[in-house]
Amino acid sequence: MKTKNIKRPVEINSIKPTTNLVLNVIFSVYCIACIAPLILIFMVSITDQASLATNGYSFFPSKISLDAYRYLFSDLGKLLRTYGITIFTCVVGTFFCVLFTMLYAYPLSRKTFKYRNFFAFFIFFTMLFQGGLVPWYILYTKYLNLQNNLLALIMPPIMNAFYVLVAKTFFSINVPDSVLEAARIDGASEFKIFRKIVIPMSTPVIATVALFSSLAYWNDWYLCLLYINDPKYYNLQYSMYQALRSLQFLTSSLVPSSSAASSLANVPGETLRMAMAIVGIGPIIFAYPFFQRYFIKGLTIGAVKG
Amino acid sequence: MTTNANTTTETTTDTSITLEKKPLWKKSAFLKELVTNKALFLMLLAPFTLIFVNYYIPMFGVIIAFKNFNYSDGFLRSPWAGLQNFRFLFMSDAAWQITRNTILYNLFFIVLGLVFALLFALSLNELRNKFMAKFYQSVIFLPYFLSWVVVAYLVLAFLDPNGFYNKTVVNLLNLESVDWYASPKYWPYILVLVNLWKNIGYGIVIYLAGIAGIDQEYYEAATLDGANKFQQIKHITIPFLVPFMVVTTIINLGNIFRSDFGLFYQIPMQQGLLAPATEVLDTYIYKALITTGDLGMSSAAGLYQSIVGFFTVLLANWVVGKISNENRMF
Repeated sequence: MKTKNIKRPVEINSIKPTTNLVLNVIFSVYCIACIAPLILIFMVSITDQASLATNGYSFFPSKISLDAYRYLFSDLGKLLRTYGITIFTCVVGTFFCVLFTMLYAYPLSRKTFKYRNFFAFFIFFTMLFQGGLVPWYILYTKYLNLQNNLLALIMPPIMNAFYVLVAKTFFSINVPDSVLEAARIDGASEFKIFRKIVIPMSTPVIATVALFSSLAYWNDWYLCLLYINDPKYYNLQYSMYQALRSLQFLTSSLVPSSSAASSLANVPGETLRMAMAIVGIGPIIFAYPFFQRYFIKGLTIGAVKG
Repeated sequence: MTTNANTTTETTTDTSITLEKKPLWKKSAFLKELVTNKALFLMLLAPFTLIFVNYYIPMFGVIIAFKNFNYSDGFLRSPWAGLQNFRFLFMSDAAWQITRNTILYNLFFIVLGLVFALLFALSLNELRNKFMAKFYQSVIFLPYFLSWVVVAYLVLAFLDPNGFYNKTVVNLLNLESVDWYASPKYWPYILVLVNLWKNIGYGIVIYLAGIAGIDQEYYEAATLDGANKFQQIKHITIPFLVPFMVVTTIINLGNIFRSDFGLFYQIPMQQGLLAPATEVLDTYIYKALITTGDLGMSSAAGLYQSIVGFFTVLLANWVVGKISNENRMF
């Protein structure tokens, strides 16, 4: 590829240019395989419904039409509502996830705290043994009455043993006892120490937990599948899932019934479904370049020690 | 006061007799600790409660597998049914089928995930153009961030009767069209491929981090000795990664009874015809609970999964401890 570089001393210990070329070709092809499906559904979403029916899904639509998007945006209120549900659960959930993870992990990292091993085991055991879906489902629906309640979407992912272990390891490495001891001698209370010293020192691990948990909340459809059956509370991923299952969902629930009934004949069915997918994927794609860089950093923080 | 607390911990390990003789002491030690570290206990309170509700109550709730559960009587008052639920479960063909599917899929995921993530990470690390290497890595990591619902859309766009394969590829290469969502024989390949496609980026990141941790001096010394790239990979990079590979694999083997619900639920789009090839423990439990409402079967399968999974994880940890003690989980 770059023959002139071979002579540079740093480049002596490199693979041969031909090997390099072959690897580049392989990676380029694989990268296309990663992107192509997304491009395909985008292309389908801007294809004219009639030409889609005859020509099938193609990367090069024979006739372009924005009908699907026009139809989808005709009632912005319902679309914004599903977005709102997702954003609300994501923000509130991530906030509590970070807060509770820090609050639980910090005492575990304190060597003067006698019962830290008990509390560490208490959360760690949840990784080894789970009660499983059925008792959990019964608890949420029968005893806590969380069906069709946004708490059912927010509560379950808040405490995660993996995050606590990462945070605890981070604290015990990066927040030295001497600093805490000095603050205590100065008369600072535990809560003040936590707020003024521990939290500011822990921005990397806070960012990591926040990224992991916001991704989990954003991509969640499972909790919605289990606990929500009122379309008012459907989140974005679950609405996409419903649209995938039946085109009817799109025409009946997401778009006002009056306009759907009047124009049912020319509903852009399959393209509408794909437009819905594009509208749902959009934010992830735009946030991705920023997201993945910090995500990788976070992963390596967590990997320092399991 | 702190020194006092420390000596208490040491004496408790001494003999059990002291413990039995002085139960009050232990109690007062706890109270003392509660007073000294009341702020820490306060911090733990809310998360602790949440863990208890979310994880521990369901753990006690597994008793319903031995009950004839009904909603009005709840966890405690539903009548006992002994092992009847398990008898039904293991007499059905489903138990064997879902266990086999779960284990086989996981084995393929573990082996192929390891091999491809390692190959990709090693090659990315050797690319001459570091900028392109970063770019490739970012693109390969992208599918990891998509939800299974989105991936189901992408798969459908290719496999739909009106999709890319059946309309474009078939015409281009003169093939027979395939009704993918009604042909179970293809699905083991499809699911393995899709899972690999979505998750390989994660593995690559982990392996690249491992490679970055290797001291460059080894490579410099090897170059001086005239070792070529291939020899360096074989004799330096891979040996350094082996402990990590072994540990990850064993941990994954420990989780062999747990499967990714999203993959097996969303990608086959719940097509009944595909069930023999795509049903795993988690989807079976879900369907028995929600679709057929068979709580006995569902909770029995759930407890079966929890218990077997628990012991495989313990076993995995024991094996990891034997191989390299520092890498054991607990």
